[in-house]
Amino acid sequence: MQTQTILHSTPDVRAVLAAAMPSGAMEVTVGIDLGSTTTKAILLDTSGQIVGRGITNSRSNYEVAAAVAREEALTAVRFSLLGRVLESAGQAAQQLAEPLTEAFRLELYMGELAALRSEILGLLEKPGHAAHRAALQPAAEAVLDKMAQTASSLFGPGAGRKSDFFRDLAGAAYVAEAEALANVKGSGVPFERLVGLYDRAILDVETRLESRDFGVLLEKAAMHVLPVGERASWLREVVRAVGSSRIAEVAFVGTGYGRQTLPFPKETVRSEILCHGRGAHRIFPGTRTVLDIGGQDTKGIQVDDGGVVTSFQMNDRCAAGCGRYLGYIADELNLGLHELGPLALQAKKQVRVNSTCTVFAGAELRDRLALGQRREDILAGLHRAIMLRAMSILARSGGISDQFTFTGGVCNNPMAVKVLRELVAQTYGENITVNTHSSSIYMGALGASMYALDDHHAGRGGILPTFAQG
Amino acid sequence: MADRPSKDAPAPNKDDSQKRQKDMIADHFDKLSRSKADGKKVVYTFVPGNLTELLLALDLLPVLPEINALQSGMRKKSGGYIAEAEKAGHSEDVCTYVKCDIGMIKSGNIGPTGQKLPEPDLLLLSYTGCFTFLKWFELLQHEYNCPVVMLHVPYQPDGVATPAMREYIVEQLENEVIPALEKLAGKKLDYDELSRRLALSRIAEDDLVAVWESAKHTPSPIDGYFGGVYYIGPIFSSFRGSQDAIDYYRLLRAEVEERIRLGQGPTTPDGRMDEQKYRLVVEGPPNWTSFNDFWHMFSKEQAVVCASTYTRVGGLYDQGFRHDPSQPLESLADYCLGCYTNLGLPSRIDLIEKYVREYNADGFLINSVKSCNSFSAGQLLILREIEKRTGVPGGFIESDLVDPRYFGKANIENRVQSFLQMLDARKTRMINAPMRSGPAVHV
Repeated sequence: MQTQTILHSTPDVRAVLAAAMPSGAMEVTVGIDLGSTTTKAILLDTSGQIVGRGITNSRSNYEVAAAVAREEALTAVRFSLLGRVLESAGQAAQQLAEPLTEAFRLELYMGELAALRSEILGLLEKPGHAAHRAALQPAAEAVLDKMAQTASSLFGPGAGRKSDFFRDLAGAAYVAEAEALANVKGSGVPFERLVGLYDRAILDVETRLESRDFGVLLEKAAMHVLPVGERASWLREVVRAVGSSRIAEVAFVGTGYGRQTLPFPKETVRSEILCHGRGAHRIFPGTRTVLDIGGQDTKGIQVDDGGVVTSFQMNDRCAAGCGRYLGYIADELNLGLHELGPLALQAKKQVRVNSTCTVFAGAELRDRLALGQRREDILAGLHRAIMLRAMSILARSGGISDQFTFTGGVCNNPMAVKVLRELVAQTYGENITVNTHSSSIYMGALGASMYALDDHHAGRGGILPTFAQG
Repeated sequence: MADRPSKDAPAPNKDDSQKRQKDMIADHFDKLSRSKADGKKVVYTFVPGNLTELLLALDLLPVLPEINALQSGMRKKSGGYIAEAEKAGHSEDVCTYVKCDIGMIKSGNIGPTGQKLPEPDLLLLSYTGCFTFLKWFELLQHEYNCPVVMLHVPYQPDGVATPAMREYIVEQLENEVIPALEKLAGKKLDYDELSRRLALSRIAEDDLVAVWESAKHTPSPIDGYFGGVYYIGPIFSSFRGSQDAIDYYRLLRAEVEERIRLGQGPTTPDGRMDEQKYRLVVEGPPNWTSFNDFWHMFSKEQAVVCASTYTRVGGLYDQGFRHDPSQPLESLADYCLGCYTNLGLPSRIDLIEKYVREYNADGFLINSVKSCNSFSAGQLLILREIEKRTGVPGGFIESDLVDPRYFGKANIENRVQSFLQMLDARKTRMINAPMRSGPAVHV
């Protein structure tokens, strides 16, 4: 990936960084949204600009998830700094930002892959695997070797990854390689057991806390992508300076389903209803009504012209019709969550589904399939059922009379968005603006970070929780 | 966040008045357990529209199944009782007070003090706004095969009790209720004794109103909802028209006045709440199965309830009503007509608006219970209307009376906290100007 790049200017790195960080450190506020499915972090600089974001699977371990999302967001802040310095050196330098980021991600991936290897080999040492160790161990090592060899194809400009989660990327690669190996005639590779090893090992890899030295990793990544020749030393200086620059987290707010389970100081906890309302309003300032569908909550929220919540309604203790429902349906159909919406869009008709009960999701689906109905059509009906329930919550919160914004993980599902648009138009008229955003999942973390910034400006910042540290 | 585990949530109220009330209740249940041996007759009846003075004047002992049900809820017995009732065929959708009562009967009819409750000799069905009361006593009649006498109280859709309504009730009292009670008691009603008891009620009612109105002070010396449900105990149950009630309310009032003098707040699960961050008005009954946890959600946030409608279901004394010894039956009729459960939505909205204004509330919260159709219907409309009229933000939570399955702690706590934080955010508008007017940004 190394290229010959001509840099027309090489401004003083320290001066550029000093301009970006007058206090000698990059001051950021941290907002963390501990969702039941994913944990998100948003970092704002003191002017309120978003400088970093991170996301990870919650997997019931909120402490690790919060630390990982925050770490990822801090990494993004450094890349944001890196971008500013490179920008100051002109277009050619700026174009290096993406390959550097991708190379850095590859480094991270390789680190996690090494951890996965160590977990899997550790599992194979356990007595439970004794009977199959002889067949499993070489197979597992072959799969992991192949994954390491092909990892670089997942990264690089335009690699088009389907997901940024290690679990998803490595899982897909592992299964593909394991399948290829098992399919070789006479290989004797026990495919199910091989995949079972991954499923078990990934839980520990995901909940592992590893310290990440940004500077070291970036320098490693830079070796692969930085141009050789003239000005190379300037670029290395940029990398070193950004890698070692100080980031000061001046205020923190935690929100989301898991906020109560972490030892966050009471003053730093905000309800996700307030945070989602405010985050959505920040992105779409005309917003007066917000629908947030997360893993186990559906919320209808009304906000005023400052993004402050004026009224809200949410589902009661039952998670019917929430994101988790779609998760169960995806599991039942052996599909990825992201595949549900596109499949439902292929429906020829909508099967009428009345139950959005998460507990009965599987039964409902199997009943319909047994009746000979197409799964695309059933999925279309399921999406409609969810959205009808959301419409009821919205109505109870006060309805929609002005700009409307849809947030939360379910917002990434195109069928959910389509059905919602139709229902909003039918119920509240064609003139309602329906906003969706590819980063809707971050709205809660954004709102949290905004509240943290309020605290900072009000002199109440600096209340940082004791995070799990790598 | 540091939180108290539910099993450690302390008993919320250890004031002298509370201890006294406990003794009064124990004494009453003692009397009930001895009733057959003592040759006393027992009448089961309901809280709204109860005719306690009439029963006491005829030396009859009242039992209030609603109170038994809520006590079962607080003692963590209701889940099992409800399961018993469902086993006997009662649907999941039936009022959980009813199912809890039926389940308790089927489990041996052991009351809140651990003593067996006597069977009723008569069911006095004071029908006051709750349709379920009819079916409840129909079930008890099947269970006990005893007479039922019904007092039909006309609903007040627009909040106006007409002379015809009053006359209708008095006629029922004269022609049906009193003859049936006299027959049971084996003696004629002594109207002087009834008037004497109504005069006693009046004294206790004055003290109770003083207690309610003490919450207009800052800090409020009482919690008018979580604490309030203890304060209504004697007057809503078997003690109205008794010297015991007078003594209790005098003691309670003195405690409250002393707290005002000292600038103190009420006793809560988090200790005495002198610092009060939020003043709330609450509509709807509390949840009984997790009562202390529920209260704790408010007290740990320093939220005090200054007025509530649930504490008015057994009489709207703070709106001027007093029992009147000079016209006993008319006065009982007026009492029944004016119970909160008997009022239509417009009157309820007017009353809540008055509370929000008079008690200077920061917020208004509805606890909508699954069991109670008569209470819960129209509550969203109430919420919107109160917000519109007063500008005070409203909140909405959902739970149940005594079915523990309908108390989702995390969900309710999330809503309570969101509501309180919404009050904060709206009160202080803690938003930086550049952000408020700032352009849309890319995430």
